[in-house]
Amino acid sequence: MDGLHDEERKDKEQSSSMTTLSETSGQPAAPAVVTDRPPAKRSWIGWGFMGPFMAVFALVFLAPIAYSIYLSLFRDQMVGGTAFVGLENYERAFSDSQFWSALGRVSLFLAVQVPIMLFIALLVALAIDSGRLYGKSFFRITIFLPYAVPAVVATLMWGFMYGTRFGLVGNINDAFGVSLPNPLSPELILASIGNIVTWEFVGYNMLIFYAALRVIPHDLYEAAEIDGASQLRVITAIKIPAIRGALVIATIFSIIGSFQLFNEPSILQNLAPNAITSYFTPNLYAFSLSFSGQQHNYAATVAILMGVITMVIAYVVQLRGMRKAR
Amino acid sequence: MPMSTYRHRTVATIALAGALTLFLASCGSDDDSGSGDSDVDLEATLDEGGSLTVWAWEPTLDQVVDDFEAEYPEVEVDLVNAGTGDEHYTALNNAISAGSGVPDAAQIEYFALPEYALQEYVTDLTEFGAEELEGTFTPGPWGSVHQGDAIYGLPMDSGPMAMFYNQEVFDTYDVEVPATWDEYIDAARALQEADPNVYIGSDAGDAGFTTSILWQAGAHPYQVDGTDVTIDFTGEETTRFAETWQQLIDEDLVSDIPGWTDEWYQGLADGTIATLNTGAWMPANLESGVSAASGDWRVAPLPQWEEGGTASAENGGSSLAVPEASENKALAYAFIEYANAGDGVQTRLDQGAFPATSAHLESEEFLSREFEYFGGQQANEIFAESAANVVEGWTYLPFQVYANSIFNDTVGQAYISGTTLNEGLLAWQDASITYGEDQGFTMNQ
Repeated sequence: MDGLHDEERKDKEQSSSMTTLSETSGQPAAPAVVTDRPPAKRSWIGWGFMGPFMAVFALVFLAPIAYSIYLSLFRDQMVGGTAFVGLENYERAFSDSQFWSALGRVSLFLAVQVPIMLFIALLVALAIDSGRLYGKSFFRITIFLPYAVPAVVATLMWGFMYGTRFGLVGNINDAFGVSLPNPLSPELILASIGNIVTWEFVGYNMLIFYAALRVIPHDLYEAAEIDGASQLRVITAIKIPAIRGALVIATIFSIIGSFQLFNEPSILQNLAPNAITSYFTPNLYAFSLSFSGQQHNYAATVAILMGVITMVIAYVVQLRGMRKAR
Repeated sequence: MPMSTYRHRTVATIALAGALTLFLASCGSDDDSGSGDSDVDLEATLDEGGSLTVWAWEPTLDQVVDDFEAEYPEVEVDLVNAGTGDEHYTALNNAISAGSGVPDAAQIEYFALPEYALQEYVTDLTEFGAEELEGTFTPGPWGSVHQGDAIYGLPMDSGPMAMFYNQEVFDTYDVEVPATWDEYIDAARALQEADPNVYIGSDAGDAGFTTSILWQAGAHPYQVDGTDVTIDFTGEETTRFAETWQQLIDEDLVSDIPGWTDEWYQGLADGTIATLNTGAWMPANLESGVSAASGDWRVAPLPQWEEGGTASAENGGSSLAVPEASENKALAYAFIEYANAGDGVQTRLDQGAFPATSAHLESEEFLSREFEYFGGQQANEIFAESAANVVEGWTYLPFQVYANSIFNDTVGQAYISGTTLNEGLLAWQDASITYGEDQGFTMNQ
C-alpha cells in the first residue's frame, strides 16, 4: 500500500466512524482495516490500559456488591450458626411491613420535598442568571453555603432550633406568646427533616442549574428581545428547555438522595426517639438490623432491594426526561 | 515511542500495585500478642510480660493502666476507646467476626454480657480462678456476670439506683419529697399545679430505665435457661408498673425531654426536671453537666412500691471481659483482676467511679465522703444501702442490645400516641419473641 492509499483509508475510516457515532445504524467499516490490523493485538493493548482501572473498579465497586448478594443468601443465627437459605431473606423482605412502611415514608418525602427543593433552586438560579439582581455573587455564595456545612452539623444545628423549650421555636413561643406546633412531633418530623434537606441542597441544585443557564448563547436572548418576547416567555421558551438535561440530572440525584435518607433522621433520633423509629427510612432500618440486631444477612437483602428500587426509579425518570428532550 | 509508552504504563501499574499492597497491608491485623500461655499462675504470667489491647470507654482506666504498667514493667497495655455503648459493641462484633484485631480485654455492660456469653465470644474466667473472688463483689453485679456456674467478666462498677432530687424545687413549692411511687405521683401533680413548667421528672421512653424499674418492682419479664427464653410482660408487677406510670404520661406529669440532650441538662439545672431516678454513677455526670445547680440537688432512696420497703435495682454498670479470640488470656485476666478487684479499684474510686466491690462499699472512707455537689450530703451511704437491697433474680435477655434498640418503636409509642404503656410492653414482647425465634432460640410467652 502506498502513502496515498493510506491517506484515503484513514479518511474513510474516520468518516465511517463518524457516521456510526451520529447514526444508530452505522455503515460497516472498510474491510481493509480489519485485515490490516490484527484485532487480537489491539484488544490486548486496550486491556492493558484498562487493567489498573478494572482492578480498582472490581475491588471497590463490583466486589462489595457481589459480597452483599452473597451475604443476602445466608442466615446467621445466634443459636444454630450460619446456613444457606436461598431467597428466603427476599421473601421475608417482601412481606416485611416495616420495610414497606420505610419505603413509603421516603417515597412521600420524595414526592413532596424534591419538587419544592428543585423549584426553589430553579427560581434562585433564574433570578441570579437574570442579571437584574444586585449583588448576585453574594447571593450565589450565601445560598450555596449550607451545602458546605456537613449534614451532621446542619442537623444538630436545626435540632437545636426545633427545640420547643430552649430552642428557637421555644424562644418564638415565649416572645410572642404563641404556641407553635412541635417540629419534632411524630406528625411533623418528616416535614422538619424535609426542611433541613431543602436548606442543605437548594444551593447545590441552584449551582447545577446556574451553570447550565450560563452556557446558553446570549444571541438567543437578543433574538427573543427583538421578537418582543417577555422575560417570562424567554424563561419558558428558551431557558427551561435548554437546561432540561440539568433538571433531569438534579432530579435523579435528588431521588437517590431521598431514598438514601439517613444522616438527618439518625441524628434527630436522639431528640425524638419515639417519633423516629428504628425503621424510619430503609437505610436506617438496614443500619439498625445490622448493628443492633446483628442481622447482617437480612440487612444486606434490604440494601440490595433498595438499590434495585432506586435504580429502576432513577432509570424511569431518565428515560422520561430524555424522551421529552427530543 | 511504543516502547516508552509501555514502560510508562508498567511503572504506573507497579506504582498502583505498590499503593494497593500498602493499603491492604495497613488493613491487616496488627495483633502482636505474646505467646498464647495457658498457665494459670498469674504472677508468673505478669513477670513474663507481654502486650495487651484493652477496649474500654471508662475514663478512670487511664490511670489504672499507668499504675499497672509501672508495677509490672514487662507488660504493655494499649487502652483504646473504640466508642461508647453501641458503637463499641459494633466495633467489637466486627473484630470478632473478622477474626482479627480482637482486643484482649473489653468493657461490656451487664445487660449486654449474656449476649456475648451465649455466642461464646467471651471466655469463662473460672479457668483462671475467678470463682475464688466470690464475696468480693456485691450481689447485683456478681450475679450479672454469671451464667450458671460460668463467669464471663469481672464487675467494674455498678449502678445501684437512687432518686436524685432538686431540694430547691421541693422547698420552693413546699412539696414533700416522695418515698413511694404513689407519693411520687402526688408530688408530680402538686408541682405541676404550682408551676406548669415544673415536672417531677423526664421520661421519653428509655429501655434501661424501664427494665430497671421493673426489676425494682420485682417483675421477672425475662427467664433465660440456656437457649430457652421466656418473655412475659403480663405479670402482676409489670402491670402495676404500667398502670402507675401511665398516670404520669396521661396527665403530662413527666416531661418528654429525652435524656442526655442539651435540653435535658438545662432542665436539670433550671428546675424544670425535679427528680432523676438513676444509677449511682450519676454524681460525676451532674457535677460536670449540671454544674450550675451545685448545692441544689440531694440523694434519696428510690421511691418504693410498698410503704416502708427498701427494694432497689441496678441501672447500668459494666464489666471487663476477655474475648475468646484473645491470644493472651491469662495476662488479660491478670489485668482485669488488678483493675476490678485489686489495686485498680481504689484508683478508680478516687476519680469518682462507683465500686462493685463490697469491701470498698463498706469502707468508712467511702461512706463518709461528703459531696459538695449535694450540699455536703454523705450520698454514698444511700448508694451503698441501695446496692445491698438490689432485688435478686433479675435476668436480661441474651439479645438485650437488640431488644433495647426497638424499645422506642414499641413501648415508646405510648409516650406520643394513644397506645397505652401496657399495649406498648406487649408489642415489645411480641417483637422480641419474633426476633428470638429468628435467631434460633426456643421462645415461650
